[in-house]
Amino acid sequence: MITTIYALAFYFATILLIVGLAYRIYEYATVPAPLNIATTPAPTTVPGVWLRMFREVALFESLFKSNKWTWIFGYMFHVGLALVLIRHLRYFLDPRYVPDLLWTGLELVQPIGKYAGFAMIAGLVGLALRRILVNRVRYISSPSDHLMLLLLIVIGISGMVMQYIDRTDIISLKNFFMSLAYFNLFDWQPLPDSLPLMVHLTLILILMIIFPFSKLLHAPGVFFSPTRNQVDNPREKRRMVAWTRAIESGSGK
Amino acid sequence: MSELDKSELDDGNPDGGVSLPDPLELPEMKPDAMKDLHSFEAAPKHETDLGFPGEQPDDWQDVVINKIGDLRQRYRSFRVYLDSCVKCGACTDKCHYYLGTGDPKNMPVARQDLLRSVYRRYFTLPGKIAPWLVGARDLTEEVLEEWYSYYHQCSQCRRCSVYCPYGIDTAEISMAAREIMDSVGKGQKYCNEIIGKVHAVGNNLGMPGPAIIATMEDFEEELKEDTGIDIKIPVDKKGADILLVTPSADFFAEPHIDGLFGYAKVFHELGVDWTLSTTASEAGNFGMFIGSYENMRKVSLRIREAALELGVKRIVFGECGHAWRVAYAFLNTLAGPWDFLDPAYPVPQHICEFTHDAIRKGKLKFDKSQNDHLTMTFHDSCNVARATRMGDKPGGQFEIPRAVIKAVCNNYYDMDDNTIGEATVCCGGGGGILTDDLMDIRVKGAQPRMRALRKVTEEHGVTNMAAICAICKSQFSKVLPKYDFDMETIMSVHQLVGNALIMSDAPREEDSEPVSDGASGEETASADPAA
Repeated sequence: MITTIYALAFYFATILLIVGLAYRIYEYATVPAPLNIATTPAPTTVPGVWLRMFREVALFESLFKSNKWTWIFGYMFHVGLALVLIRHLRYFLDPRYVPDLLWTGLELVQPIGKYAGFAMIAGLVGLALRRILVNRVRYISSPSDHLMLLLLIVIGISGMVMQYIDRTDIISLKNFFMSLAYFNLFDWQPLPDSLPLMVHLTLILILMIIFPFSKLLHAPGVFFSPTRNQVDNPREKRRMVAWTRAIESGSGK
Repeated sequence: MSELDKSELDDGNPDGGVSLPDPLELPEMKPDAMKDLHSFEAAPKHETDLGFPGEQPDDWQDVVINKIGDLRQRYRSFRVYLDSCVKCGACTDKCHYYLGTGDPKNMPVARQDLLRSVYRRYFTLPGKIAPWLVGARDLTEEVLEEWYSYYHQCSQCRRCSVYCPYGIDTAEISMAAREIMDSVGKGQKYCNEIIGKVHAVGNNLGMPGPAIIATMEDFEEELKEDTGIDIKIPVDKKGADILLVTPSADFFAEPHIDGLFGYAKVFHELGVDWTLSTTASEAGNFGMFIGSYENMRKVSLRIREAALELGVKRIVFGECGHAWRVAYAFLNTLAGPWDFLDPAYPVPQHICEFTHDAIRKGKLKFDKSQNDHLTMTFHDSCNVARATRMGDKPGGQFEIPRAVIKAVCNNYYDMDDNTIGEATVCCGGGGGILTDDLMDIRVKGAQPRMRALRKVTEEHGVTNMAAICAICKSQFSKVLPKYDFDMETIMSVHQLVGNALIMSDAPREEDSEPVSDGASGEETASADPAA
């Protein structure tokens, strides 16, 4: 019964996450950017913009300029999360269908991923403390901002509990997810019976569901930010979009 | 958190001299301190002149919601920025208005949230089902009043956008908010009356053509008295090579006029055929301040029409900050293509690019000693710094004006790094708030810059600050005295150029050698900065 509920919930959440995110990306990509508003100094070439975006996404360059504490905590959290996610791929992939080189890479990440979990939780706790203790950040926080951090912290802690305290039957868990991944519909392998696992999976389901409706949209959003992704070339390149062209031809409002 | 009390760091300077506050020192938070600051609203005529309704319609809430829906389809910035903010707090200590007032609604993210909260309520699922959870709220009359107050406490300087990990630019939100308010007839008098004047007359002042011609004749006489030579300021000269578009403040305000004299001297010395236009007699484009593409375009098209009518080959912009943003970043889109101009030059060019180019080619000679009574610093104007470029390389907007100043002055020092360049703090009067009814926020918003200036005057004996923006110059003239500086501390960059420029056809008072560097053999080009 529990297995069925979780199986259906994971299908639902996955579809929502993928379709929701794809739809948001479609929206961001199709809303026009009628004017060049790059925050300067900005790159004057397309490769330059790629490099700027890489620094923004991989190093959090602007945040680094702004506030070192937020940068350290934010960076620990995001890099920790990335490593943990890569580590988790093991549970969803069948080594028979994965190229050897990739699988070796995944195995190499395993031990790092363990410690990355600590970094992730420490970063999150740092961010949560900032949100509570720094009066400016507290002022701008809604209940959802606090709850989002709490959600991620509990996801992290429940994961660590399974790793270090109350070990879960990871073989059965992998079998469950493999049966989901290979669409063995209604013939799912049973989920192991474990409280921390239930907590972990439930909160991840919530996270997946709220992703396309919340500030988590900063993840795709940053790539569409005109101040960061535009080339500084307005004197050379005339920018025109459908509605500004309509105004120019006298037919638009 | 070290963050909690930055003021601990402010324990006076190590020399044991006067204790100077850190220019960016955090204020004590004072919620709603600036809530009652309400600039004069536009009269119905000011609104209808720009194509907005004169009165607030009964169904104004629907109009506002529809307008938000419209803008999120038109501007990717608006759409993405409303969704992406994670409330990390990176911007919270970056706005000069927050630093000056302590009002948390002047923190960039909080300023955005005034509108984002309404967006969330009407356009997002969580905001529709659980507004209390995500900080969403209904659109009420109080919300509208709050928008009016705080979106006219933003100078659209983009300092916050530098520090945001997603590049969220509060200027985009405040422009949208002003456009939304205009859509229900709630515009600001200062901006909208001025835009109306540009549409009707051609400049922000509402100065008609004959008055401009007469003023320029007076200026030519003044220049003759100063230099002994006939330096022309041509107006509406057909067939001239260069159309100079400059802020109309250059026609009447100090130190702006001295900047105009500087341009005229440079053009004269280079033997350039140039002209002003009576119809495109304004570089500034307040259409940007109110976020109105249509108005911004209409104002820009005057420049295209003047360029075509006069048959010029190039367009050069005078010293003006937000104007340079519209010129550099938007003009090609709004009023281009410029295929009828000389393709050998960028369109448009900044006067500093123009002068710098001539200096680099050795076409101008200076007697730097004419500026020896001055020790200069340079205020990077916000929109020049963070929304434009000069020259070929990123950052040219910082280097070129400084290179020009250093070519004509012996004494120059920069202010603190975190208050110049891309981190420059706004003068406090930009983005459509340079009006007496907002003097309170103007004075408070200038505080970081004034403190940075104080520091450099104490540490390096700086006497004057140059700027290349009409708004900065007017704003500083007003607020400098409030911080115990002389109002003439602020100067135009081309005022310095004019002071030091050696005019080759000037009458010689003594038969001394032409001056190469430093020695004061000629006093032909001197213009009293305080004149």
